[in-house]
Amino acid sequence: MTDVVEPFFAATIRTAVPLALAALGELLVERTGLINIGLEGAILAGAFGALVGASGHGVVLGFASAAAAGLIVALIFVAFVVWARADQIITGTALTLLSMGATGTLYRTMYGSSGAALSIPTSAALPIPGLASLPVVGAPLFSQPPITYFVYVLAPVLAWWLARTHAGLALRAIGDRPDAAEAAGIAVDRARALAVLVGGALGGLAGGTLVLAQAGTFAEGMSAGRGFIAIAIVALGRWTPIGVVGAALLFGAASALQFAFQAMGWNAPYQVFLAVPYLLTLAALAGAVGRARAPASLGQALEPHR
Amino acid sequence: MQAPALRRDSVAWELARAILVLLAIVGTTVLLLFVGGYSVSSGLAALWRGSLGSWYAFTSATLVRAIPLMLTGVAVAIAFRAGVLNIGAEGQLLAGAAAGAAVALTLGGLPAAIVVVLALAASAVGGAGWASLAAFLRSRFAVLEVISTIMLNFVALYAVSYLVRGPLQEPTHVYPQSSTIGDAIHLPRIVSAGRLHSGLLLALGVSFVAGWVLRRTAAGFRLIAAGESPSAATSAGGIDVMATTTRTFLVSGALAGLAGGVEVLGVTFALYENISPGYGYTAIAVALLARLDPWRVAVTALLFGGLEAGAGAMQRDAGVPSTLVTVIEAALILAVVAAGALRRRSSFPASDTSPITA
Amino acid sequence: MTLPHSHDAPVALALRGIDKRYGNVQALSAATLEVRPGTVHALLGENGAGKSTLMRIAYGLERADAGAQFVWNDRVRVTSAAVAIAHGIGMVHQHFTLVPTMTVAENIALGGHGRLDLAAVARRVDELSTSTGFALNPNARVETLSVGAQQRVEIAKALVQAARILILDEPTAVLAPAESAELLRWVRAYADAGNAAVLITHKLREARSVADDVTVLRRGRTVLAARRDDVTPDTLTSAMIGEELNGTRAKSSAGDSRPRAASEAVFRADRLTLSDADGIVRVRDATFEINAGEIVGIAAVEGSGQRELLRALAGRLAPASGVLAHPSAVGFVPEDRHHDAVLLNRSLSENVALRGAGARRGMMDWDAVGAQTERLMLEYDVRAESAHVPIRTLSGGNQQKLVLARELELDSNSERALVVENPTRGLDVRATAEVHARLRSAALDGAAIVLYSSDIDEVLLLATRVFVVFERAVRELPLDRERIGQAMVGAA
Repeated sequence: MTDVVEPFFAATIRTAVPLALAALGELLVERTGLINIGLEGAILAGAFGALVGASGHGVVLGFASAAAAGLIVALIFVAFVVWARADQIITGTALTLLSMGATGTLYRTMYGSSGAALSIPTSAALPIPGLASLPVVGAPLFSQPPITYFVYVLAPVLAWWLARTHAGLALRAIGDRPDAAEAAGIAVDRARALAVLVGGALGGLAGGTLVLAQAGTFAEGMSAGRGFIAIAIVALGRWTPIGVVGAALLFGAASALQFAFQAMGWNAPYQVFLAVPYLLTLAALAGAVGRARAPASLGQALEPHR
Repeated sequence: MQAPALRRDSVAWELARAILVLLAIVGTTVLLLFVGGYSVSSGLAALWRGSLGSWYAFTSATLVRAIPLMLTGVAVAIAFRAGVLNIGAEGQLLAGAAAGAAVALTLGGLPAAIVVVLALAASAVGGAGWASLAAFLRSRFAVLEVISTIMLNFVALYAVSYLVRGPLQEPTHVYPQSSTIGDAIHLPRIVSAGRLHSGLLLALGVSFVAGWVLRRTAAGFRLIAAGESPSAATSAGGIDVMATTTRTFLVSGALAGLAGGVEVLGVTFALYENISPGYGYTAIAVALLARLDPWRVAVTALLFGGLEAGAGAMQRDAGVPSTLVTVIEAALILAVVAAGALRRRSSFPASDTSPITA
Repeated sequence: MTLPHSHDAPVALALRGIDKRYGNVQALSAATLEVRPGTVHALLGENGAGKSTLMRIAYGLERADAGAQFVWNDRVRVTSAAVAIAHGIGMVHQHFTLVPTMTVAENIALGGHGRLDLAAVARRVDELSTSTGFALNPNARVETLSVGAQQRVEIAKALVQAARILILDEPTAVLAPAESAELLRWVRAYADAGNAAVLITHKLREARSVADDVTVLRRGRTVLAARRDDVTPDTLTSAMIGEELNGTRAKSSAGDSRPRAASEAVFRADRLTLSDADGIVRVRDATFEINAGEIVGIAAVEGSGQRELLRALAGRLAPASGVLAHPSAVGFVPEDRHHDAVLLNRSLSENVALRGAGARRGMMDWDAVGAQTERLMLEYDVRAESAHVPIRTLSGGNQQKLVLARELELDSNSERALVVENPTRGLDVRATAEVHARLRSAALDGAAIVLYSSDIDEVLLLATRVFVVFERAVRELPLDRERIGQAMVGAA
């Protein structure tokens, strides 16, 4: 049985980490009332950025480039949506397309149009002494690449920041009642812009994780809809950092089930398992209970500039 | 007096706008070629060769691609116009292709013409059915259709993958594709025009009818009103906005599904993965550049058909990755959206005008 | 207009020469306000006079096109709420700027910096509770509080920021009489302590009970500024509502003597109660009848419930309780034309076709619609290049005339009914006169018309009967300008 459970946990964490990173970033964005459909584009850009940064330069620069690439996508979103007040949904969709096209084009240009797989340094697992030897959960939880530990730290830090700082309070207020925030003296647009930028950077890191800590290479379109799944995870996680991590784990577990089932000899078509995350996303979004806790101004058109 | 439902400018203006769009496409291509370090001249030359440079290129590369783009472009245009952001044309196309192929392959005994009609009808139903999932989530649970339709795009991909490796797989079970559809059930070729098939007539017909419906029928007017200003439509017009938009969503899905059926019966003659090189997404650019007018979609579909045809040649002959086209399309969408936003900013008191059509 | 002091005397807050324009509308024109330290200053005026706009400018939520602001005699540029707060200005808004899902402590803490110590905020709230006499529970979620309690939180927010100039926008509009009295007592004490309070209100009695100085705005201009004791209630009322206009206005319909056939009730209300979108009761137990051929004028000021009454009559708002009988299709010309009545980017013909579009089946006969539109344009003197141009290219007056034409002429009922809300706002004199003529002739033809205008003269000009709406009650009054004016502001 341990033969199945431990790899199951490991697969769960592995799938959950990039989702959690992207979702935590999107959480900040959505708490200001915006939805960044371009998150998928940020993740993909981050994946490509990681490839470029790590080739010949190491893992750390790879992650840094990943974050930077995500930041660029976010910057365009800020310019169009926060500054020019363009429609956020269409802008986000266009950004995702732009990122798909740009990363594909740059990849083929820089690395040859055959699209052959490239190898780059990977982020090796870093076991935490003591914890890593715990039975069953030790290896899956505590023998992970550093980016995983980053998520373990990031979530509670964000939770603390949202609940215990004035800046976090301001962010939450903007998402519920932007007019109240403005009347209290908060610089609403600046906060929105910052949230989107941080969200983009975290999305980029998620892409970097896919490349540097998992696949070990880049493939076109490798984000495979994770950005949209992350948006669903934010809703499922009730727009709180700990909830988001929990929801990401849930998705990870659902995806990991296919390995468990295969190991146990079940023979459902593999496409079913591939489709599970997307179907789960639909179910999560439909979950009416989640609606009640959404930031009140989520998705609404931004008020005109004064 | 002409129907005023969709803005009508003089022929000269329309021509000028079409040329402007063409220049924008070419200009963006040149810019990106230059920035990417490719030879602009050989890139443009390949683009020309692949799209318009020969009769064969025009009919068998450009027009053939324009057909599904026209159908999905109209699908996206009417949806956006009603305020429904249907990004799922890709998945609806696949659902339609699968349904159409299934019918074409199983109804062997009937007369060919009837099978064709039934297969196309099935593809429309398949597309509408796929869209209905997102439409239901939208009306019942207020799920953003942008996200749900994209999710369904992925599910459709996997569904097709399963079908061509399972229930619909060809009899030798070697290749991930369906059996080939019999010659009799192919869409007739248009004589002496290479691969061009009569799906073109269907696409043009759909484009015409859709534009006509918007301009001349009460249902079309309700669609326009609901998309322009749901509040005025409800208050001043007594229109049931939710019912109108849901119906539009389903029709949109049907048209995208029809595109899939037409591709199967006219070009691919079988169902397999990658049957669509992203027509459903390109359709967004096609629709936005046509300012959501089905009649203008016929023109922009042609332009983008040429662009995608030329992109293939650019890759073969000049080594320019075909993904460049996606970049161009995305940049064009952003330009349209930004132009709309800036125009709104300089205009008068805040109104409820659609962010897409303004 | 008497200014109580010169520019050299100490001011707590002064706004001078303020202009503000929104599109075609001049909301404020050289408006001024001079608030002395240690005073309660009442800012009076009707709906649309510009009071809220002026104070939103003072608080940094809007930018003036021209003019200057002074705080404690220093010239300041208040570019945002944060700047206003830094200068010690606080504002209690008409629609509270509180986050409903957050607690009292969180709302009060909003806008601070650094670490959030809710325990310290709670202690501060308790201190405030004691010093102000408000009972504030720091841990209560705002959405669970009564309206009066929420307002106290709004005030506390400003006090925590050490506001020495407090602006209150129609604070008693949502309070019960006892709460209102308590609030005004508190405002008085606040001012007596050396601060300054600006009380935006339309309630004369309340202004007179607590204010030291008054300023009256009408149509964006300061028409009166004086010490409370130097002016009579009548002077104030007439300043708010406007002098009798000269004879260029047509005479009122009240004297119209064309004989009418025995009329049937087109609208009937029986103990009608209406609530707004937030669930607050706006009209309570109204009972009345409106017959064919009548023009019933609604006289009321902002927030009195007339908005809900009009929409209920037009069939756009369901009663909370009671009965309201009206024809199946009632024409409606709403105040916010751009949002609720027209498709701005569509042509005139399409906008005319909008009426009844929900029920229409089959084809659109655009030729007929076009001809009809042209006829309406001719009849109602709508000036436009053609019936095909987008309606947003028309002037406000022409847009309004087309909407009116549509709502009046396209009724398929035998009983024509029309509800209009501020129908001539933004229109020039000529267009106004045309609209008035239309309404009159429609009534003479047997239509039942309900007219609301924040300009009481317009109401008196057209109405054959007048209902006054004040504090949730609907009362019919005779066409007596003075009595109506007083009833509108609760002075009688």
